[in-house]
Amino acid sequence: MSEVNLLSTDVEDDLRSAVRDLLTDRCDPTAVTAVYDGDRSVVGGLWGALATELGLAGLLVSEERGGAGASAREAAVVLEELGRAVAPVPFLTSAVIATTVLLGSDSELLRALASGERTAALAVPLSTAPGSALPLVRADADGRLTGTVTSVAGALEAHVLLVPASTGDGVSVYAVPATEAALTPVVSLDMTRQLTDVRFDGATGQPVLADAEPAVQRALAAGAALLASEQVGVAQWCLDTTITYLKERRQFGRIVGGFQALKHRLADLFTDVEQASVAARYAAATLAAGDPDAEIAAAVAQAYCSDVAVRAAEEALQLHGGIGMTWEHPVHLYLKRAKADQIALGTAGGHRARLAGLVDLPPPGSAPANRQGDRS
Amino acid sequence: MSDPSTVREELRRRIADFLAAHDPATTERSAFLRARYDAGLAWVFFPEGHGGLGLPRALQPEVDRLFESAGAPDNNREVNGIGLGMAAPTILAFGTEEQKRRFLRPLWTGEEVWCQLFSEPGAGSDLAAVATRAVRQGETWVVNGQKVWTSVAHNARFAILVARTNPDVPKHAGLTYFLCDMTDPGVDVRPLRQITGEAEFNEVFLTDVRIPDTHRLGAEGEGWKVATATLNNERVAIGDAAAPREGGMVGVVARTWREHPERRTAELHDRLLRLWVDAEVARLTGQRLRQKLALGQPGPAGSTMKLTFARLNQQLSGLELELLGEDGLRYSDWTMVRPERVDFTGRDAGYRYLRAKGNSIEGGTSEILRTIVAERVLGLPAEPRVDKDIPWKELQK
Repeated sequence: MSEVNLLSTDVEDDLRSAVRDLLTDRCDPTAVTAVYDGDRSVVGGLWGALATELGLAGLLVSEERGGAGASAREAAVVLEELGRAVAPVPFLTSAVIATTVLLGSDSELLRALASGERTAALAVPLSTAPGSALPLVRADADGRLTGTVTSVAGALEAHVLLVPASTGDGVSVYAVPATEAALTPVVSLDMTRQLTDVRFDGATGQPVLADAEPAVQRALAAGAALLASEQVGVAQWCLDTTITYLKERRQFGRIVGGFQALKHRLADLFTDVEQASVAARYAAATLAAGDPDAEIAAAVAQAYCSDVAVRAAEEALQLHGGIGMTWEHPVHLYLKRAKADQIALGTAGGHRARLAGLVDLPPPGSAPANRQGDRS
Repeated sequence: MSDPSTVREELRRRIADFLAAHDPATTERSAFLRARYDAGLAWVFFPEGHGGLGLPRALQPEVDRLFESAGAPDNNREVNGIGLGMAAPTILAFGTEEQKRRFLRPLWTGEEVWCQLFSEPGAGSDLAAVATRAVRQGETWVVNGQKVWTSVAHNARFAILVARTNPDVPKHAGLTYFLCDMTDPGVDVRPLRQITGEAEFNEVFLTDVRIPDTHRLGAEGEGWKVATATLNNERVAIGDAAAPREGGMVGVVARTWREHPERRTAELHDRLLRLWVDAEVARLTGQRLRQKLALGQPGPAGSTMKLTFARLNQQLSGLELELLGEDGLRYSDWTMVRPERVDFTGRDAGYRYLRAKGNSIEGGTSEILRTIVAERVLGLPAEPRVDKDIPWKELQK
């Protein structure tokens, strides 16, 4: 294993500040909370600013094709910041997952995504784990699509849906204008990444990729690897905010953060969040470098960071006491995101099961691995 | 600093030249080690004249690798961990020129092994409460007291010692740090048997032990400051080399898993995978910490690593016993022995399980470490210190 740089570079630090500044200005927690009551006015302007002003939509796209020519390392930095703000924007779904699907195609749509002019979503349930079977829509010989996909993330914001469809001759990805599909928004646990049920009744699609299963799986794998960074951002906000609060809150004539029961819980949480940030960084760095360890790194990062984000949000809520249970305090936004993220792109348990195969720790009842030095 | 790659090249050349002049195959062990020290190639991050070249610590692993692959003798590293990891940096930081010259070279070569006389029956986590007294008589200090949990004391030539020199001031202010000769007739080392059956540690009884004032490290009354520096070295002693995946306890348990397909259950599988992930993430965290240290930015992760290390060792070794089933009911040997060196992953699974219990106690309990992280890293309010301003002699003991 080569030594991967686990520290952030100056360029990454600059990117982080730029994204954080923009989010501080335009992603107010009150406006984010409003999405739960159906007011999504924050979404368009915020995504526009991130996508075009900062050029984040094209981060993973080469410069020749109109993007920034950056890597998964930079995308990870962006996702950490977006997680920290529970920003209701389709960066993960469009700029990471849908974009990665198209990286190997010659579709002109990639250029439109890179510029931020258009936004896309891959039409699979958000819970789809990399490596699992895709729910397929059927495509007829004329490229007309029929079928339903539930719980699609990013479809509400998308101009174009990328639809994996069975052609009778394998899997192809079709680009379908969102207006051609019947979209039913779902009341979601996490309304900052609201899901949509999508139905195609003979919608006309443009085939953009044939033999597309590997490209779709690659996109889901990249999404899972980078989701870990979003989870780190969520966890970091929860930890920081809780520490700040416990340094102010007084009960029994004392600063509450001085009670050892709470200090020790925060020390443990800090340990977990620190370690999660390394796991996420390693997943991003190996993905960026095309390192052979990337698959293990992604499974480790997902298995670890999913649960840490949930724990951080749950601890934040508990340690805020009564105020943490209110609609007014933003901690619930983070709990809902963290819990949804835990299920998104494979559960921690699912990633551990995948890891078992990758690192030769087979489950009970499996045939003994044919390894050198194996005694059985 | 000059260009790092030039520094590295220059260092490699020095080592090659040294090895050409001192063939490890034909040079006597001590002579080789002393010459390596004198050439500044012992710990290259130490200053010139004291076994080093004043180079970044990040270069040390490569130096050790080059010597090792040339078949050079090792400097008793496994036995002298306290000397190399704790006594040496403290002597370097607080010692007089004379002390550095006298102690550092035989310490590094392993000719003189060191132990640590800090903990006492009444001063564990509260180290500043030590009761061992040192009373000045002219140019000599006379020391009386009892120390405990002293690894390798029976092999040690010297000890770093914290003793109370002034009982009339609050506890932190009345301590002084000494370098104690373990061959003094007043030093009585007795094995202290542990739950493993072994006596890896000792009790050390000090009766009218005479320490010359020239073996005082730092000023009289500054013992707390010096001891804190020593303990900081203990807590960041994470090793200089990158750890491999499945190094340490997780590797032991993973091997047992692979070798015993008949003992696998779904429940154990789930626990193993969770711990494997935790261990891998801890390994990467150590790697990042080393990368930060190499750039001279020690991160807060250092203080959390020991917490994780202790928890993982305990959970993994406990899991291994369950995985072994009936064999987990057997223990290799309860015979009382005094091991030369400690190996957390050595012996059998039962030993590993029992020995790992010490990992959350030695070198700072996990509870104290959590308090340290909460206060020094997260900036939360300090624990109430009711004994802070009371003279030592008036404290309830």
